[in-house]
Amino acid sequence: MKALHRVLMIFAALSLGLLFMFPMWKIYLKAPQYPEGLEMHIWVNKIAGSSEGILQNFNILNHYIGMAPIHADSFAELKFMPYVVIFFMITGVIVALIGKRNLAGAWAGLLMGAGAAGILDFYLWLVKFGTNLSPEAPIKVPGMTYIPPLLGHKTLLNFEALSLPALGSAGIMLAIVFSVLAFYLSYRASKKELVNKPVHTAA
Amino acid sequence: METLINKLRNVAPKAALLMAVAAGAALQGCSRSESGDRGGATASALSSDAASAVYVAPGKHDELYSFLSGGFNGQVSVYGLPSGRLLKIIPVFSQHAENGYGYNEETKAMLQTSHGFVPWDDLHHPKLSRSNGTTDGRWLFVNGNNTPRVARVDLTTFETVEIMEIPNSAGNHCSPYPTNNNEYVIAGTRFSVPLDMKGGTSDVSLEDYEKEFRGSISFIKIDQEKGDMDLDFQILVPGFDYDLANGGKGPSEDWVFFTTYNSEKSGTLKEIGASQNDKDYLAAINWKLAAKYAKEGKAREMPANYYHNKMDKGTHTAKSTVKKKVRYLLPEDCPGMMYLLPAPKSPHGIDVDPSGEFMVVSGKLASAIPVFSFAKMQDAIKNKKFDGEKNGIPVLQYESVLKGEVKEPGLGPLHTEFDGKGNAYTSMFVSSEVVKWKLNDLKVMDRIPVYYSVGHLMIPGGDTKEPYGKYLVAMNKITKDRYLPTGPELAHSAQLIDISGDKMKLLLDFPTVAEPHYAQAIKADLVAPKSVKFHKLDENKHPQAAKKESEASVTRKGNVVHAKMTSIRSHFTPDNIEGVQVGDTVYFHVTNLEQDWDVPHGFAVMGANTSETLIMPGATQTLKWVPKKAGVYPMYCTDFCSALHQEMQGYVRVSPKGSNVPIKFSTGKKKQNIPGVASTK
Repeated sequence: MKALHRVLMIFAALSLGLLFMFPMWKIYLKAPQYPEGLEMHIWVNKIAGSSEGILQNFNILNHYIGMAPIHADSFAELKFMPYVVIFFMITGVIVALIGKRNLAGAWAGLLMGAGAAGILDFYLWLVKFGTNLSPEAPIKVPGMTYIPPLLGHKTLLNFEALSLPALGSAGIMLAIVFSVLAFYLSYRASKKELVNKPVHTAA
Repeated sequence: METLINKLRNVAPKAALLMAVAAGAALQGCSRSESGDRGGATASALSSDAASAVYVAPGKHDELYSFLSGGFNGQVSVYGLPSGRLLKIIPVFSQHAENGYGYNEETKAMLQTSHGFVPWDDLHHPKLSRSNGTTDGRWLFVNGNNTPRVARVDLTTFETVEIMEIPNSAGNHCSPYPTNNNEYVIAGTRFSVPLDMKGGTSDVSLEDYEKEFRGSISFIKIDQEKGDMDLDFQILVPGFDYDLANGGKGPSEDWVFFTTYNSEKSGTLKEIGASQNDKDYLAAINWKLAAKYAKEGKAREMPANYYHNKMDKGTHTAKSTVKKKVRYLLPEDCPGMMYLLPAPKSPHGIDVDPSGEFMVVSGKLASAIPVFSFAKMQDAIKNKKFDGEKNGIPVLQYESVLKGEVKEPGLGPLHTEFDGKGNAYTSMFVSSEVVKWKLNDLKVMDRIPVYYSVGHLMIPGGDTKEPYGKYLVAMNKITKDRYLPTGPELAHSAQLIDISGDKMKLLLDFPTVAEPHYAQAIKADLVAPKSVKFHKLDENKHPQAAKKESEASVTRKGNVVHAKMTSIRSHFTPDNIEGVQVGDTVYFHVTNLEQDWDVPHGFAVMGANTSETLIMPGATQTLKWVPKKAGVYPMYCTDFCSALHQEMQGYVRVSPKGSNVPIKFSTGKKKQNIPGVASTK
């Protein structure tokens, strides 16, 4: 890999840092009596929102339909995910230093795998919260489940739910784009070199 | 036909004016026309744009907050302007069953005085705190007239946070007047009393008024950061009635002016006795000099006994301190501190124009409005243009301080405010109108009838350096036929008048709560952004707070039972309590665990000899209950908090005295999917 490709790889590693600065995902709720809206922000290491008491406010609303309370402690992911991100950042920098193209490719592949796993995990949680309802719930609507949308918009009783990736996820996207670019450009550059060089010096 | 109607409409207000002057009471007898006239006798045509000028669309906010005193209800009501929508009632000197103010254990101390618990007062004058001579939107100071007190309302919570009793005062009417940077809030006594100089009044013959009675003017120092009040010193003044006050500004910034009446020192039938002198006085006090004298050791000290009640932010609990001393100055010891300006006949309002040069004195019995010049006053003092003295205080010559008189302004002038464009507006009680006149030539420019008999009037910032000369609110003393009748007792009425043009225009007529005496108004953007949405639970320092459901408890100490409870949509913890006995004193300390905007929970228990208490999110409040009979008593949330509000209830079992039922408390039978709920058994 050439200097440009290594720099791209460094950018890839550093863009993951966005995960510590911004939430990965945001779930917006809107209801007639919540003109200001409720926002739950899912970070790589915590659950926060548009106000300090946001989890409590979500839980208060959710308990009427028998949804289990959401506590940051119940997600082991929030504990190990930051280490996974740090792992990717460090190895990304190492890959850039070593400068092996295939390592960059592998790194990008692993990151895509980890991202996909994260989204799948998130979806499974949504399904779990949305379907695992207490039989003692005060409000029971036959056949109704409350799986919030993974992406996009859904109406849940009096709430309009909207779920969108946030800036933190852009960090993962950028990391993938930069590393794939590093891999691809390096690959193209080496092919060009191969074509331009006389055959006898190749040995 | 059309023109005839218009003529009638134009004539109607004038006709009403005539009637009001001729025989105010006769209005009551005014019969409606047979043709089903649904308005009052003085219903007048409005200009067609009046409705749009006051229309604040649903969901939109008003341009201004206005704070109207409630007079004999001891409260302040907050209205949005220009809509006239009632936004809130702030209890100050009166118990307020609606939210438990003065009833719950946390706020009872606010109403303590040296006379014991006084759950009512006559609240006359709201005054907004000031920075650089303009309103700053931090606090509202108000006076209690009957049992002399000054209170401070915090404009981040719209709650009364401090009440201080004023010693050596009776009828704390000319109060509370803040100086231009909240250095002092000044409070004068309306009734002079025989001071015993030991913190009370002497037992003297009422015939000795002239010899024994004195007035006092109090200087309350304000903490620049927190707003806390502290009575720095008083000035003991001659035994007149001190009616109203207002501070100077600009060149007159160091001065504060007080109207006086009863310079005759009559102690009985004052309506005659106090109306004999052709002139009473406008008292001028240099407050900066007074503060300097007090600091430099001119102040003497006397025993006193007065209460100072403060709400603690962290515990949401009021505490009383009893003060035992007060410092005082005597005008005769302090040259240059106080002067008397002769003012025609029992003056009422004293208002200083935005430039600080003109002092307008409204003599309610006088036929003209004298306007004094501050520059001339300074000159008269310098050149000793005195007309004798009264109790050692120099009296200035009337002509030497007079700028001029507003001739034939109307009947019964009471108060004046300013629009910042060179105009003054004076309320006329007897002729029931607002009169606009020019400050430079003292010529009457315009007049508009009001319904009926206006007392105070208010222009937002109209008493400060920077008036907002768009609106004027007239607060009237008589209502009669303005609204649908409601039996003998009627709401008072207010009129909103557009003063942006040459001619005043009536925009809106709205009923007010109790009896507004005066009001203040301020641009909403100086107050609204700082409004607190809820109290942070983390910052709750109440000693009996249960900040999570697992901290809830019921404990007995002798025959006192403390129930530390929590409330959250839609249950109390605990909601089942047993082991209480007849005759126990039970304190329900309820903490509202909500951390969201506009989710108060209420609490009430059957048979409690007190009001409910309404607990804001994050706060703790305590309801005291002494059960008198064995049995089971329901308790419940009194504020419709949620879809399952009706389920937010519980039971207290009361057993006979000496019973062996142990203290027991719980919420829910088994582990349920409710956030934070744990059996507390």
